[in-house]
Amino acid sequence: MTDEHEHYEAVVVGAGPGGAAAAAVLARNGVETLVLERGVEAGSKNVTGGLVYAEESAPYTVDALFPDFREEATERPVTDYYLHNVAGEQVETFDITDLHEHDTEWSDAVLRREMDSWMADRVHELASETGGGLLTDVRVNGLLRDGGEIVGVTCDELDPIWADLVIAADGVNSELARDAGLMDWDDPDEWFQGVKAVVDVPSEIIAERFGVGDDEGEAHLFSGDLFEGVRGGGFVYTNEDSLSIGSVFHLDSIVEQEAEPHQLLDNLLTHPLLADWLEGHYDEVEYSAKLVPDSKKAANPSPHEGRLLAVGDAAGQMQAQGPIIKGMNHAVSAGALAGEAFAEAKLRGKPEQAGDLYERKLREEGVMGKLRPKGYRVASALGEREPVANATDSLLTSPVGRLGVRLLGDRLEDLYSSPYLSQIVPDTQTPYVTLPTVIAEELGERVAGEADFEPKDLATRIGDLTYDTDVGNPHIELLDDSVAASGAAVTACPVSAKDFGGGCYREETVKTNGSEQKRVSLDTQPCVECGTCAVVADTDWEHPRGGKGVEFEQG
Amino acid sequence: MHSVVLTKGVPDFREGQVSFDEDGHLERGATPTVMNPNDEFALEAALQTKVKQGGQVSVMSMGPPGYESVLEEAMSVYADDLYLLSDREMAAADTWSTAITLSGGVEKIAERDGQSGEPDLVFAGFKTADGETGQTGPQTSWCLDRPIVTHVISLTVDDEEETLRAKRLVEGDANEIETVEAPLPAFVVTDPDFEPSYRRAEHRLRHKRLKAETEERVEEYDEHLTTWSAEDLDLDPDFIGLDGSPTIVSGVDPIPKAPSEREATTVAPDDEEEMEQLIDEMRPLAGGE
Ligand SMILES: Cc1cc2nc3c(=O)[nH]c(=O)nc-3n(C[C@H](O)[C@H](O)[C@H](O)COP(=O)(O)OP(=O)(O)OC[C@H]3O[C@@H](n4cnc5c(N)ncnc54)[C@H](O)[C@@H]3O)c2cc1C
Ligand code: SF4
Repeated sequence: MTDEHEHYEAVVVGAGPGGAAAAAVLARNGVETLVLERGVEAGSKNVTGGLVYAEESAPYTVDALFPDFREEATERPVTDYYLHNVAGEQVETFDITDLHEHDTEWSDAVLRREMDSWMADRVHELASETGGGLLTDVRVNGLLRDGGEIVGVTCDELDPIWADLVIAADGVNSELARDAGLMDWDDPDEWFQGVKAVVDVPSEIIAERFGVGDDEGEAHLFSGDLFEGVRGGGFVYTNEDSLSIGSVFHLDSIVEQEAEPHQLLDNLLTHPLLADWLEGHYDEVEYSAKLVPDSKKAANPSPHEGRLLAVGDAAGQMQAQGPIIKGMNHAVSAGALAGEAFAEAKLRGKPEQAGDLYERKLREEGVMGKLRPKGYRVASALGEREPVANATDSLLTSPVGRLGVRLLGDRLEDLYSSPYLSQIVPDTQTPYVTLPTVIAEELGERVAGEADFEPKDLATRIGDLTYDTDVGNPHIELLDDSVAASGAAVTACPVSAKDFGGGCYREETVKTNGSEQKRVSLDTQPCVECGTCAVVADTDWEHPRGGKGVEFEQG
Repeated sequence: MHSVVLTKGVPDFREGQVSFDEDGHLERGATPTVMNPNDEFALEAALQTKVKQGGQVSVMSMGPPGYESVLEEAMSVYADDLYLLSDREMAAADTWSTAITLSGGVEKIAERDGQSGEPDLVFAGFKTADGETGQTGPQTSWCLDRPIVTHVISLTVDDEEETLRAKRLVEGDANEIETVEAPLPAFVVTDPDFEPSYRRAEHRLRHKRLKAETEERVEEYDEHLTTWSAEDLDLDPDFIGLDGSPTIVSGVDPIPKAPSEREATTVAPDDEEEMEQLIDEMRPLAGGE
C-alpha cells in the first residue's frame, strides 16, 4: 500500500511557458499529468525581458492554448518598436516596427510572476481532471533510472515517481537535460546573460512620456558604445505601470571584458534617453538576472532520450533573431508539440516513439529552422572568424566605411528591418558595437537628458530581494577555487563585483607559509540562480530545494 | 477516518495585542482571543490524516459564544465541522471539569445520526498558552477511556490494521525519539515539534484541493457550526464548570511590571570614543573582565 511507488503517465518538470504548454496539451488529450515546479509559485524563479510573441507561422501560440491569456496575463501589446544606435549622447533611432511585426500575430509585454502563476492555475485545473495536477515547492533533482533506462524522476521533497513520459521544461539551467546528456554548460559562447530592473512608473506617466494609450506599448532597444564594448544590447519595455529595463549580452563577451553586469545595466539606466523617461520616477522594485541559451549554437536538434523530452530553454530553444528575442514562444511551440507527440504515440500504442515523433514535428513545423537558421551557419562560418571580424570593424570605422554609412542613410533602417538579415547577423562586435556607434556618430542627434537619480547600488538591490535561505544546504560547490578556474565568476556573477564584499563570489588573498595566493571564495546567500557561474567557473551547481532561494515578485 | 480536534481560545499574548491592568492582571476584554498556538499542530496532524486516509475533521472547543472566532480560524485549517460547547454552567471550569465536558461532546458526536460513529482519533495540542497545565488532553482521554500518545512529532495511520504509529519526543537528559503503536480509536497529543510529512505527489495534490475547498467554506463557517449546551450533552451540573472543578487557586503572582521609564543614551556608531565607552560599560554585564 504505502510502499508502492507512485506513477503518472506524464510528469512535466517546470511550470514556465514550455511546461505549461506541454501540460495543457497532454491534459486536453486525457493524459494523466503531474506538473512539478520548484518555486513557491510558478514564475517566482523566472525572469524574462520580456515580450511574448504569437507567430503567424508557429504551430501553437500561447493564447490558443490558454484563452483569455492576453486579457488576463499580459501587460501591454507592443505597438511600436525602436532601435537606438548610441555613441555617447549622439543617438540615431530606427523604427523597426516592421521587423517586429514580421510573422507576428501579436506581441505583448509580460512580467513572469503574474504570467506564469496565471497559466499555472489553468494548468492545474486541466491536469486535475486527468487525476494529476500542478505542485509547487517541489524540485526534481534527477532522473529515475531502472537498468539504465529513464523511468521517472527523483525529487528532494517527494519519493521517486515513475512516469511513461518525462518532459524537461526546467529552463536554461536544466538539471534533467544535463543528467540525460542532452546539454552541457561548458561553452560561455553558447549563452547570453540577461540582467534586468523593473522600475515602477505610474501608467499616466508612461502614457505621457511614451505617448501611448491604454492598449498600446513600446519596445526600445539599445546598442552602440554604452556597454563598454560587450556584445549585446539593452531594452526598455512598457508594462502597465512599470518599465522592464535590462540587457542581454553574450556571456563569453562579459567574461572577456571582465564586465560587471550590474554596471552595464546602470549605463543604460542613466543614458540621457532614459533620464527623460524616468525623470522624477526612478523607483526600482526588482533586480534580477538569468542566462539564456543561444539557439543558433545550443538548440539540440534531437532533444530527447528514452522517455525524456526536453522543451524550451532546456533544449536550447531560445532564439535571438537580431535584436528580437524569442524564447517563450518557442518554448510554447515545443512544449505543445512534445505533448502532442506523446498523445499520438500513445494512441498508436507506441508511447516509446514519442521522442522521435517530437523531433520530427520540431523539424516539420519549422521550429528547428528558426532556431538554427541555415543562413546563419554560412554567415557565421565566415563572419565570426577573427581576421574577418577585425577587418570588417576596421573598414567600418575607416573614412570609407563612415562615408558608406552616411550614403546609406535612411536605407540602413530598411536593412535593419530585414527579417532575413536579422537571423544571420554574425555574433561579433560589428553589429552590436561598431556599426551602431558609427551610425550614431555619423547620423545621430544629440540627446540632452541627465539622470536626476543614482541607480540603486548592488547591496541595496540584493537586499531588496526576497530569499528563503536554505541554511546548511548550499546548492553550489566551488570545485576549484583558483582564480584561473573560477575567477571569471567574480565579475560575471550579476550579484558579485570585483570591489564588492557582499556578493556570491569574492576574490581573496590567502597567505600560506609566507607566500600569497589569490583565491575565489563563494557565499551562495545572495544568489539569484542565474546559472552564470555554472558555465564560467568550476562548480558543482544545482538548484536550491523546492521553495528555497530567491523569489522574484516581478520576473 | 473521523478526527476530532480539541482547541481552546486563549488571550493573544503576542506583543502589542495583550493588555494588563495596573496590578498586572490580564484585561480579558481588551485582549483578543485567538486559537491556542499549540493547537495548530493538532489541527495539522488531523489534516494530515484527512489528506492521507480521507474522511473528515471536526473541531471542538468549550467556551463562551465569543469563541466562534477561534473556530472560524480552525475552519481555515481545513476543518469540516465545528462544535462549540457553550453554557453558563460550563464557565470557570478547571482542567478536570473541562475534560468531562469535552468528553461529553466527543461522545455526543459519536451518537449523532449520519456520523461515522465513534471518532477514530481525538487530537489535542500540548499545553495552552494561558493555563500551561497540559492536563486537559490526557484527562479527556481518561474520560473517554482511550489509549493516549503524547508529544507526538510525526504520525502514520494504518486504516486496515486500525492502528496508528507515532514518533514521540521523550525529554530527559537527552532528547530521545520513541516510536509507538496504538490501536484505534486513540487519543493523540501533538508536540510543538510536530511536522506533517507529505512525500507523495498524490497527497500534496489532495492537500491543495482541500485547501481550495476550505477557502470557500470559511466564508460560511457558521453553517458548519453546532453549539451544544450542558443540557444537550446531558451533563450533570455538579461535574462541570466551577462546581465540578476540584482545583483551588491558592494565589496569583502578578507579572512584574517593566519600569515605565528607562534611561537611554544614543551612541553614534561612527563615534569611536563613545563606542569604546559603551563597550567598557557593557563588559562587566557580559561577564568579561
Ligand atoms: C533578460 C531576459 C530577457 C528575455 N527576453 C525575452 C523576450 O523578450 N521574449 C521572449 O520570448 N523570451 C525572452 N527571454 C527568454 C525567455 O525568458 C525564455 O526563453 C523562456 O522563459 C523559456 O521558457 P521555458 O519554459 O523553457 O523555461 P523557464 O521559463 O525558465 O521555466 C522553467 C521552469 O522550470 C522550473 N524548474 C527548473 N528546474 C526545476 C526542477 N529541478 N524542478 C522543478 N522545477 C524546476 C523553474 O522554476 C521554472 O519555473 C529573455 C530571457 C531573459 C533572461
Ligand atoms: S552565484 Fe552563480 S548562479 Fe548565483 S547569481 Fe552568482 S553567477 Fe548566478
